Amino acid sequence: MRLSYYPGCSLHGTAQDYDLSVQEICKKLGIDLVELQDWNCCGASSAHMTDHEIGMRLPIRNLMIAQETGQDILVPCAACFQRLCAADKAIKKNPEYWDIKNYNNETKIIHISTLLSQPDILERIATLTSRPLQDLKIACYYGCLSLRHPKITGAVNPEMPETLENIARAVGAEPVMWSHRTECCSGSLTMARPDIAEKLVGDIAAAAARAGANAMVTDCPMCQANVESRQADSAGGQKPLPVFFATELIAAALSGDYPKKQQKVHLVSPDVLTNIFVQSHATREGAA
Amino acid sequence: MNNNVISPERENRKFLNKLETMNIDVHACYQCGRCSSGCPVSDFFDLKVMEVVRLASYGMEDILLKSNTIWLCASCETCATRCPNDIEIASLMDVLRSLALKKGITPAQPRIPIFHQSMLDSIKRWGRAYEVGMIVGYKFRSGDYLGDMKLGMDMFKKGKLNILPHSIKEKAEIKEIFSGKGKEYDR
Repeated sequence: MRLSYYPGCSLHGTAQDYDLSVQEICKKLGIDLVELQDWNCCGASSAHMTDHEIGMRLPIRNLMIAQETGQDILVPCAACFQRLCAADKAIKKNPEYWDIKNYNNETKIIHISTLLSQPDILERIATLTSRPLQDLKIACYYGCLSLRHPKITGAVNPEMPETLENIARAVGAEPVMWSHRTECCSGSLTMARPDIAEKLVGDIAAAAARAGANAMVTDCPMCQANVESRQADSAGGQKPLPVFFATELIAAALSGDYPKKQQKVHLVSPDVLTNIFVQSHATREGAA
Repeated sequence: MNNNVISPERENRKFLNKLETMNIDVHACYQCGRCSSGCPVSDFFDLKVMEVVRLASYGMEDILLKSNTIWLCASCETCATRCPNDIEIASLMDVLRSLALKKGITPAQPRIPIFHQSMLDSIKRWGRAYEVGMIVGYKFRSGDYLGDMKLGMDMFKKGKLNILPHSIKEKAEIKEIFSGKGKEYDR
């Protein structure tokens, strides 16, 4: 399988490790990624929130570059995914308005979890897993933009998605049932109104802890950064939960290793995952 | 005139036409309240989401453009997803924000549009969001120098912040987008 790859600005900035884990696991799963030539920022969310024309024309430029390749586009960032989908719908509906002459209607925009939760790929992940992530009771956290608005994202079940749970199970983790899987963490407000972000993130983390989770997993770089950082701030009684990327868990399970470099990027201690690998080393050494 | 009176402003056709062209059918609202009850930021709003929709259908844009709700809305799309009448409520918020900016109305939450502007400046300049430049720009304009100092340092130490921006090649195409391509017809 060969796909165009749109990393987006976060994956070249604060979420660089997400970019690396996406590339690492795709290679192992036999998915060929070709980064989109000279891609630009999709504008999420500031552009569409304040200027409709700019908010549409930024992602449209990327779609026009992508269609030259004739390949479907893989997008790991939920915000970029939603903006590219919105632009795609807009051009299809009214190409003249957006000054588009030829648009290939066949190109699909695929969010990472949708790709990874396809049955054949899940099977490959399970088969290739060298160290199942047992002991990881994980709260799968989707946030907003890979799901909503379903008219834009095409999400089949936006209130009760299952892609992350299926991925978590494939790597041997145990997803918990919990209430806040698709609640907003207010990532777009986090800088200007950290107090709101702390409240929303606090509620989300408390709900995950209540369900017995010892970690969270997401597929959105905004959620990952916001939920880890605003929990660390709140320091209210409960132990903060680390938030992993789905691809980070897969990379660890497949390689049988959770490298120091990756542990280091977390703002909340990722020990719950690290310990799985420490234990496995200890058992192996004990056996030897 | 008493500012508390809520009644349809028949004169405000321009605003209602704008919503119509964007396919935002505010008149379809029967005030069930699903949007307000599911809104994660509702506690911080001065106008509830359902009030925004109703005031919009009355064409009462002045109250809306001065509200803090339009700026605090996080664009999570929960309201629009759940609306039984398919009203594009999140798009309505987008329209209200951009209208408030175009009309130069003092935002009830000034730091939020400053954040958006800092982000857009960065995209306009480099073609991609340059996080450090964006943060510095936001801090200078908002005067919020001390907020998140520790978080910023932590992220820097963890190598999460790139010091240098990455520029795309075809910046002219981005400039064209920002210079108002398509706006010549005042759409």
